[in-house]
Amino acid sequence: MNTKNIMIVGVGGQGTLLTSKILGNAAISAGYDVKVSEVHGMSQRGGSVVTYVRYGAQVYSPVIGLGEADLILAFEPLEAARALSYLKKDGILVANTRKIDPMPVISGAMEYPQDVLERIASLGVDLRAFDAMQSAQNAGNEKTLNVVLVGYLSTLGFFEESALRDALCACVPEKLRDVNLKAFELGKNAEVSAF
Amino acid sequence: MKTLFLGNEAVARGLYEAGCGFVSSYPGTPSTEITECAAKYSEIYAEWAPNEKVALEAALGACLGGKRAFCGMKHVGLNVAADPLFIGAYTGVGAGLVIGVADDPGMHSSQNEQDSRHYAESAKLPMLEPSDSAECKEFTKLAFELSEAFDTPVLLRLTTRVSHARSLVECADRQEPAAFTYEKDPQKHVMMPAYAKPRHLAAEDRLRRLSAYAETSDLNRIEFHQDALGIVCAGNTYNYAKEVFGDRASYLKLGMVHPFPEQLARQFAGKVKRLIVIEELDPFLENKFRALGIACEGKNLLSLCGEYSQDLLKERLENGSNPHHVYPDPIPPRPPVLCPGCPHRGLYYVLKKLNLRVFGDIGCYTLGAVAPLNAIDTCFCMGASVSAMHGFEKASPEAAKNSVGVIGDSTFMHSGITGLVNLCYNQANATLIILDNSITAMTGHQQNPCTGYTLKGEAVHGILPEKICEGAGVDPKHIRITDPNEPEKLEAILREELAFNGVSVIITRRPCVLLKQVKKDKLCTIESDSCKNCRACMKLGCPAIYLGGGKRPQIDGTLCTGCTLCTKLCKFGAIRTQAR
Ligand SMILES: Cc1ncc(C[n+]2csc(CCOP(=O)(O)OP(=O)(O)O)c2C)c(N)n1
Repeated sequence: MNTKNIMIVGVGGQGTLLTSKILGNAAISAGYDVKVSEVHGMSQRGGSVVTYVRYGAQVYSPVIGLGEADLILAFEPLEAARALSYLKKDGILVANTRKIDPMPVISGAMEYPQDVLERIASLGVDLRAFDAMQSAQNAGNEKTLNVVLVGYLSTLGFFEESALRDALCACVPEKLRDVNLKAFELGKNAEVSAF
Repeated sequence: MKTLFLGNEAVARGLYEAGCGFVSSYPGTPSTEITECAAKYSEIYAEWAPNEKVALEAALGACLGGKRAFCGMKHVGLNVAADPLFIGAYTGVGAGLVIGVADDPGMHSSQNEQDSRHYAESAKLPMLEPSDSAECKEFTKLAFELSEAFDTPVLLRLTTRVSHARSLVECADRQEPAAFTYEKDPQKHVMMPAYAKPRHLAAEDRLRRLSAYAETSDLNRIEFHQDALGIVCAGNTYNYAKEVFGDRASYLKLGMVHPFPEQLARQFAGKVKRLIVIEELDPFLENKFRALGIACEGKNLLSLCGEYSQDLLKERLENGSNPHHVYPDPIPPRPPVLCPGCPHRGLYYVLKKLNLRVFGDIGCYTLGAVAPLNAIDTCFCMGASVSAMHGFEKASPEAAKNSVGVIGDSTFMHSGITGLVNLCYNQANATLIILDNSITAMTGHQQNPCTGYTLKGEAVHGILPEKICEGAGVDPKHIRITDPNEPEKLEAILREELAFNGVSVIITRRPCVLLKQVKKDKLCTIESDSCKNCRACMKLGCPAIYLGGGKRPQIDGTLCTGCTLCTKLCKFGAIRTQAR
């Protein structure tokens, strides 16, 4: 199989690493070679974070290049825009609609761009956007945002749903299993907005 | 069964399987997880040392004491540990000694991007460089074998994309190495001129033997496919090159980057029509080819700066990157920031308000340099806040009235104490602020001598910075301990101490908000009726406070930690605190 490339982008602190861990484990259980590239350190303090998951018969580079991502999971709209050039022309972009202002916007030096997701959709991108934060809150824990997005991903044919579920259960502590499974379910059934 | 291991985790697994019994390190991205993971094995004694020099000296002692030893650090840590590194090359080892050093091309989390391979060359030590997690584990084990076979410390070079990438690893059992028993041997272990001269000869001789080993070792291999293009690579650049060129090129992959295998290099160069060296940072390998008189390309096409990628190779060596979408508008950057509730914020707010010159240091608190706080003048290297402030004030004595140094608790232990001693000894007029958040936060929450816990989680006596200051001779009346979230009080203390002619130390003490024991049971909200939209609260640069509807400040309840700092700045009492 040709290598599949999934990119996970968000804001430091949003839990992108758990998502890449779940996807990495699901890919191993399907028998693939896997590489996951993570970001630790400085940018975890509220900066842009990018994690790559690549799997296939044999994977060399741990990172994803321009126009190579089959799928981008964006935890925040601005980060979706920032990562857009990495998406394959016919790739899928899944985006949480909830904005987080970056410091230049908070400090008033810049404006948060208007209608980011609309602009992306107008380029002809296969965009699947929904308020994943709302789903996480409905699940009972905002921190499950990452798992909501995994739940949605389970509908896209990259992995068997059961493999994702098993990987999820292996990656979260026992006492948080139920809330995460609920988040997964809410993500799976999320209704994406039309643009 | 193969499992996904972070490169650093795989090094730790290699330590375990190799029977390593002693680890002493100082944290530093991207090296930190090696030591954190090693500490999880009960068979390995593991500790955080106060700095890299202490860690490496401890590891040197431990290998003489009979345990296979390891010391890990980031690239700049090796500058700090350079002294014992060069001497260790003369003394050699007892049981094996491996030094892990992680470079950060692209400066994801560093203040420079120096190339550690130069240290191997100038200290005359062998250096191995793995390109994925499986090699991280195997090379670590092999490094111990080499260390003992050649009686030398061995450097293991990593880079961010190897340290922080997960790939598949097959685990094996731990093997206890053959015992090493220490015997007194001053000619080998006491480095003074008479004994060191023969040891220099021994180091040169060892390097010659290592060069011969490099020619035939499995660490270095030629992968021959076609003769049109030959690529020389090591570490992660092998992965980028394979990704782009696959079987369309031939490869000389070096797992041992020092010493250089000259014969193998000549042999490879003779087989291919075009030779390109692909290496991040400096032209270290490229210069070796040039020294042999072999024509090659490398830095003429690629970059001395930053991190490489398949994109860079496609752009510079092929016909450009894949087709892709382009977002049409400018995108505001999202730099890292002090977290909501960070105890450093209150301090910087006051420093900025008083318009002080701030000699900064390295840690989360370096983030006080960016807008809207903009509160830091300098940041060089760990410890330099104290010493650079001292020099500035000696050169420009009137500066003392409006200058402070800021240093974190871990950084103070690392290399601030010697600077403080200098302040006291040389009669400085200086105000030093120690930001005691009870943890080494920047690198992901490691314990340090001030926190009261060891790396293994044992409770110990936590060293109080104020006691050290007292011991150095700071007048106890001018050692002030205060809560950074009480800006008024802090401001008053600062004014008093800046007016004092002598050495003062202010310790701002409040634990990092990310620590589990810090309760986040409160929530602040802005009452729109009382808010006059003066935006004083926005000056804090708190990520939880943003301009919401009607361009008025609002607090994002999902981010607010209830630290209440903003409530103390609002003249109109518009920010309320409630229970979560
Ligand atoms: C010589 C050297 N070693 C390690 C590092 C990595 N490093 C950067 S900041 C830091 C520790 C900061 O801890 P502390 O001083 O307690 O400040 P905090 O981040 O907790 O605010 C470390 C280990 C470095 N930059 N230089």
